[in-house]
Amino acid sequence: MKKLTASAAIALAALAGSALADENYPERPIMLMVSYGAGGATDFQARIVTMTAGNEDALGMPIAIINKPGAGGRVGWNWFAGQAESDGYTLGAYNIPHFIAQSIEGGVSYSADSFEPIANWGADPAVFVVAADSEFNSMNDVVDYAAANPGKLTFSGAGLFVGHHIAALQLEKAAGVKLAYIPNNQGGAGAMKAVIAGEVLGGVNNLSDAFRAREAGNVKILGVFDLERNDFLPDVPTLKEQGFDIDNSSVNFRGVMVPKGTPQPIIDKLAEVVPTMFANGRVASKMKAGGSPMHIMTRDEVIEMWKAREVALKELLAGL
Amino acid sequence: MEFLAYFGDVFTPINFGLLLIGTIGGLILGATPGLSPTMAVALLIPFTFKLEPAQGLILLGAAYTSTVAGGAVSAILLKIPGAPANIATTLDGHAMAKKGQGARALQLSFLASAVGGVFGVLLLIFLTPVLAQWALAFGPSHLFWLAILGVTVIGSLDSSSVVKGLLSGCIGLWLATVGFDDIMGAQRFIFHDAVSGGINVIPALIGLFAIPQVISMFAGGRRSLDAEILTVERHPISKAFSEVFSRLRALSIGTVTGSIIGLIPGVGGQIAGLVAYDQSKKMSPERDKFGTGHPEGVIAAESANNAMVGPSLVPLLTLSIPGSPTAAVLLGGLLIHGIFPGSDLFDNHPDVAWTFINSMLIGQILMCIFGLYVAGLAARVAQVPNAIMAAVVLGLAVFGSYSVQHSMGDVYVMAALGTGMYFLERFGFSAAPLVLGLILGPIAEANFVQGSMIANATSSIGSYFFTGPLNIALIAVAVASIGYSVWLELRQRRHTAKEEAVAKKGAIS
Repeated sequence: MKKLTASAAIALAALAGSALADENYPERPIMLMVSYGAGGATDFQARIVTMTAGNEDALGMPIAIINKPGAGGRVGWNWFAGQAESDGYTLGAYNIPHFIAQSIEGGVSYSADSFEPIANWGADPAVFVVAADSEFNSMNDVVDYAAANPGKLTFSGAGLFVGHHIAALQLEKAAGVKLAYIPNNQGGAGAMKAVIAGEVLGGVNNLSDAFRAREAGNVKILGVFDLERNDFLPDVPTLKEQGFDIDNSSVNFRGVMVPKGTPQPIIDKLAEVVPTMFANGRVASKMKAGGSPMHIMTRDEVIEMWKAREVALKELLAGL
Repeated sequence: MEFLAYFGDVFTPINFGLLLIGTIGGLILGATPGLSPTMAVALLIPFTFKLEPAQGLILLGAAYTSTVAGGAVSAILLKIPGAPANIATTLDGHAMAKKGQGARALQLSFLASAVGGVFGVLLLIFLTPVLAQWALAFGPSHLFWLAILGVTVIGSLDSSSVVKGLLSGCIGLWLATVGFDDIMGAQRFIFHDAVSGGINVIPALIGLFAIPQVISMFAGGRRSLDAEILTVERHPISKAFSEVFSRLRALSIGTVTGSIIGLIPGVGGQIAGLVAYDQSKKMSPERDKFGTGHPEGVIAAESANNAMVGPSLVPLLTLSIPGSPTAAVLLGGLLIHGIFPGSDLFDNHPDVAWTFINSMLIGQILMCIFGLYVAGLAARVAQVPNAIMAAVVLGLAVFGSYSVQHSMGDVYVMAALGTGMYFLERFGFSAAPLVLGLILGPIAEANFVQGSMIANATSSIGSYFFTGPLNIALIAVAVASIGYSVWLELRQRRHTAKEEAVAKKGAIS
C-alpha cells in the first residue's frame, strides 16, 4: 500500500511537472539518436539539418547527435522504441522504408505505431550503379544479362530490408528475372567499394554517394528508382522510363521522430518549429554542397507517407 | 613534390594555431578512456562548420593523428586501452609503468608513434595511386583469410600457453556473435537489453583490461597501503631517442606492418598494433621478455598504430570510399564544404588536399614534442596509492564505457566482462587474445557470408576462396604463422625437458 501511495505521488508530481515543462520546452539541450554510425549519410545529414537548432528562431537549444549503430538500424530503433524517454528531449532519426520493412519482416520490438513523426528533411532515391569500365550501359543491358544468366548477376546493397534491398526486390519483380543481391555489412560505403573493386557486377546505392563516385570517375549510374529524374542527375533516366514498373517505395526518406507517449504539446511545438529549421538557407546550401537531396515534409504529410509505405511494403514483402 | 609548395599554408598564424589546438586537444581526448579517435573527430566536426575547408581539415587531421598516439597514455599508465589500436601497447607498456619506467615507456611510445606516423603520411604523399589499387584488391575472400591470419596470432599472443590463448580467443569469437547478425539481421544470444546491440568493442576493452586490475587492487586490501613506494625513474629524452633507433627491428616491423595493414579497408586500424606486436615478438631473439615490460613491445605496437593513420586515408582521398569509421567522419568534414574526395579534390582543391596532408605530417612531430614534454609528469601517476588508483580507474572505466553511446547497458557489459576476466586471469588466461577474437569474429563471419553468396551465384565456394594469388598468399602466411608457433612451442619443450634432465642429474650426483 505504501508503495502504491508513493508511486501515485510520484506520478502526480510528474504530471504537474510535465504540464509546466511543456510550456517552457525546450529548457535543456536535446538529443537526436541516429541508428547508423558516425560518418554515414544519415549521420552526416542529421548533423547538418540540426546545426541551427540553437538559433532563437528555431528551438533555442542545441541538438546533440548520439549514434547507436548496428544491424541495419535495428539496434538504434529497438532502443528508441523500448528504452528512450518520451519527454521530448530524446528525438530519433527515421529511415523509411528501412524500419517499416524491418518491422514487417519481424524480430524487432517496434513498428510504425511505436513512433510519432515530426518532420521529414530528405529523400535519397536508390540508383543502380556499375563500375566505370562495365559493359552495361543501360538497365536493359543489365536485365538482358540476368535473363541469360539467371541468378548470376551479383549486385551489392547496404543490407537486407533497407531501401536498397527493396529496390532490388522491385527490380526482380518488374523485370521478371532472378538476381543475386549481396548485402554488405558496411552499409552504402562498403557496397560501393564492392562495385568499384569489381567484386560484384553492379549495385544499388544512395543517389548522394553514387553522385560523388561518378564525379570521381569510378562508376556509371544506369537508373534512378524514383518517380521522376533527380536534380542532381538530370541525365539519368528513371527505371520507369526504361520500361520497368517501379515506383518510389525504395526512396530513402529521412526525418525526425519521437517515441510514442511524448506529450502532445511538445509534439505540436516540434512539428511547428522543426520544418522551418530544416528550411534554413544555411542548411540548404550545406546539404546541396554535400550532394544530399532535401525534401521537407510536415508531420501530417509524413504520417500519410508512412501509411502509404506500410501498405506498399506489406504487398512487396508478402511474396518473400 | 607538389606537396612542398603548400607547406607554407600550414604555418600561417591561424592554421598553425588550429594545428596546435588539434594536437593538444587530440592528445587529451585520446588519453581519455572511451573516447576513440572516431569519436574525437566526430566531436570536432561542428567546430569546422565556421572554418575554411583547409582549416577545418587541419583541425580534424591533427586531432586524428594525436588521438591515436594519446591512447597510449591511458594504455600505459592505467592499463585502459582507449581504442583497439592501443591494445598491444598495454601488454608491455603497463608492465614497464609498474616497474617505475612509465616515463621511459611513454617517451618510447611517442617517438615510435612519430616515426611510424611520418612514414605513413609519406606513403600517403608519394604512393597514393599505387596504394589505392592495393586497397581495392581485398575482396570478401581476402578479408576472410586476413581475419583467419589474425586468428592465428591469437595462440602466441601474451599467453603462457598456446592452448589457453586459443581458448580465450574462442571466448572472444563467441562473444562477437552476441547481438544482431550484421548481414541477415538474425538475433543471437540476446538475453538482456544491454546486449541487444551486441558487445561493443570499446566497453569490452575497458572492462577486460581495467577491471581485473581494479579488483586485484581492492583485493590487496590495506596491506598494499604500506607496500613499497614506487620511485618513478627519470628518463632523459636523449636516451629515449637513442633507444628507439637502436631497436630498429621492432621499429621497422611495426612501421611496415602498420602501413600495409592500415591500408586494407575495414580491418586495418583495429589489428595493426596487435599483428605488429606479434610479428616482432616472433622475430626477436629476446622473445621471452615480451609481456614483462620489454621496450620493443611498446615500440612495435605504437609505431604500427600511427603508421596506419596515413594509409588508412588512401581509399577515402582517391576513391571517395571511407575505409575506416574515422575516415567516414572526415568525409563528412569535407562534404560540408562541398568538396568531394577523389580526383576532384587533388585537381580542383589542391590547396585543401595538400595542406591537410602536410598538417598531418607536422602534426606527428608536434604530437611527439608535446608527448615527450608531458611524459615525465604523466608517469608520476604510478606513484598514486593503490586504493586511490583503483577508485580513479573504476570511475574512468564507467565514464568511458557510458560515453561511447550514452548507454548504461555498455557499463553493465563492461563490468560483467571485467569481473569474468578477473577470474579467467587467475587461471592463466589473458585478455588480449579474447579481444582479438571479439574484433576478428565479425570480420571473418561477414566476409565469409558475403563471399559465399557471391561464390554461389557465380562459381563455387571452393574456387572463390582458394584460387587467386592473394588468397593463396594469405593462406600460406597463415599456415606459416601457425607452423612457426608450433615449432617454437615444441623447441621450447625440448629445451625445458633437457634442462630438467640436466638439473635432475645434477641433483642426483
